[in-house]
Amino acid sequence: MSLLQLVDLEVRYGAIPALRGVNLSVETGEIVTLLGANGAGKTTTLRTISGLQHPASGRVLFEGRAIGDVAPHDVLALGVGHVPEGRRIFPQMSVLENLEMGAYRRRGNLREDVEHVFSLFPVLGQRRRQEGGTLSGGEQQMLAIGRALMSHPRLLLLDEPSMGLAPLVVKAIFEIIARIRSQGTTILLVEQNATQALQLADRGYVLENGEIVMSGAATDLLGDPRIRAAYLGETAAH
Amino acid sequence: MCFTQNFWSLLISGLADGFLYALIALGYTLVYGVLQLINFAHSEVFMSGGFAGYFVLQATLGSHTTSGWGSVGYVALGIAAGAAGGGVVAFLLERVAYRPLRRRKAPRLAFLISAIGASYFLYNIAGKEFGHNALEIPAPFTNLPWFSIFGAPVQAYYVVIAIAAISMLLLVDRVVSSTKLGKGIRAVAQDAETASLMGVNINRIISQTFVLGGLLGGAAGFLFGLNAGVVYTMGFTPALKAFTAAVLGGIGNVRGAMLGGLVLGIAENLPMGCVQTAWRDVIAYGILAIVLLFRPTGILGERLGRAA
Ligand SMILES: Nc1ncnc2c1ncn2[C@@H]1O[C@H](COP(=O)(O)OP(=O)(O)OP(=O)(O)O)[C@@H](O)[C@H]1O
Ligand SMILES: [Mg+2]
Repeated sequence: MSLLQLVDLEVRYGAIPALRGVNLSVETGEIVTLLGANGAGKTTTLRTISGLQHPASGRVLFEGRAIGDVAPHDVLALGVGHVPEGRRIFPQMSVLENLEMGAYRRRGNLREDVEHVFSLFPVLGQRRRQEGGTLSGGEQQMLAIGRALMSHPRLLLLDEPSMGLAPLVVKAIFEIIARIRSQGTTILLVEQNATQALQLADRGYVLENGEIVMSGAATDLLGDPRIRAAYLGETAAH
Repeated sequence: MCFTQNFWSLLISGLADGFLYALIALGYTLVYGVLQLINFAHSEVFMSGGFAGYFVLQATLGSHTTSGWGSVGYVALGIAAGAAGGGVVAFLLERVAYRPLRRRKAPRLAFLISAIGASYFLYNIAGKEFGHNALEIPAPFTNLPWFSIFGAPVQAYYVVIAIAAISMLLLVDRVVSSTKLGKGIRAVAQDAETASLMGVNINRIISQTFVLGGLLGGAAGFLFGLNAGVVYTMGFTPALKAFTAAVLGGIGNVRGAMLGGLVLGIAENLPMGCVQTAWRDVIAYGILAIVLLFRPTGILGERLGRAA
């Protein structure tokens, strides 16, 4: 059984369809990347998995269980962590409080988990008392990832973690993503930065106007001329 | 000259009013923080606290008199009853008047109309059930001055208000800054959607926020009623003043509401040495108008979801 499976998923905003019959699966232990241009429906896909959006038809299965109608706070409790587009750090909470928010549903001592996040992102440890809103973009992205890890997700959804960041920071964040996977967390990574995402991922899907137009092993997609033309050329501008 | 006349006694009554405004203002500011909604029915939460306190003391104290620790016990009982009454009404208000609108994603104006409707309903039903005359809460302590500060007599009532209000204000400050509920409230205020991704049940937090504000407002209703008696219209003026205080301190800002309450209470009382008491409300609403015109974010600013 797949960890996550989207079956004929349709999502609309009002009458306008954003996802049209999306089929996608993520197996335990994988990194899967979801690529696509602006407005393709990547964020909508992740939001629907998390319960922020609900399907008009089709199904979202997490560990075989239909979660299309489940509220976001309950989806989290099932084991899905979401690093939202634009990071969405709580601006007036400290780094530490932001991390504590990530563990909102858990009881007990968070020290070990906080230390774990600080070991992944030492800069956060140095800034633990600083307000989230005053962090740099890269630091905020690290905090958003760290915050999501605090809930011990089995599936981690990452929405464009490289957005707006310098190449060196992007590289560091992608290395951390690989490390998070090696520590046992499955990852669904939304990216426009196709080359780097495909180099990191096991498999990929390409979304266009709300439809999956291509999918396969990351190495195959990386070599596919259509991808090269449509996305790799485009991402060179980023 | 006139300012120095009765300065201390005016300051004391100003502080007493200010503490009550602060307690009520917290209800406005907390709810505004999580919903960006002015709960205009909060005046009736306050009133319900007054009546709850009245009925509980009436039932337990009756025409007996108490003294010493007995009085303390009765005041505590009245506060608890007022808080409970306010909490229950605030909870129901959210369920009945607001939640259905939220579920339907109704426009802002609908919430305002619903608030006004709920407010009218509650106070008219109170007027019908409990009469149109003020009911006196049996006082558990004497009305004679207890001691004096700089020659100004201080009644036990003022001491009761100060102690009760300061304890509640400190408590709520702690709740907001360091409990799980407080973190949930602040997270929802700063970014509700992201809070839900962290596992925060937004509806539950909103409900608990109403109750928290209701506990404080209800307790304030009882404290107010101890002196002025309880009547169905009692909520109108204090709640409007407290709303002023919340705006003055920076709506959504918890410590701002406390500060705004005290500043307003003092500001409307101190000039009473110089002008007739009829000016009191004029001064208070004048302050509201000026703040809205020149500094709509209040003294401490509109820092949503922040403890300070
Ligand atoms: N709240 C909304 N209301 C109406 N339409 C929306 C809403 N959110 C997204 N859409 C539309 O749905 C489509 C998919 O949007 P989505 O945000 O999922 O794209 P995306 O692939 O994440 O794009 P980007 O790379 O720019 O983040 C777009 O056409 C967008 O305009
Ligand atoms: Mg997006």
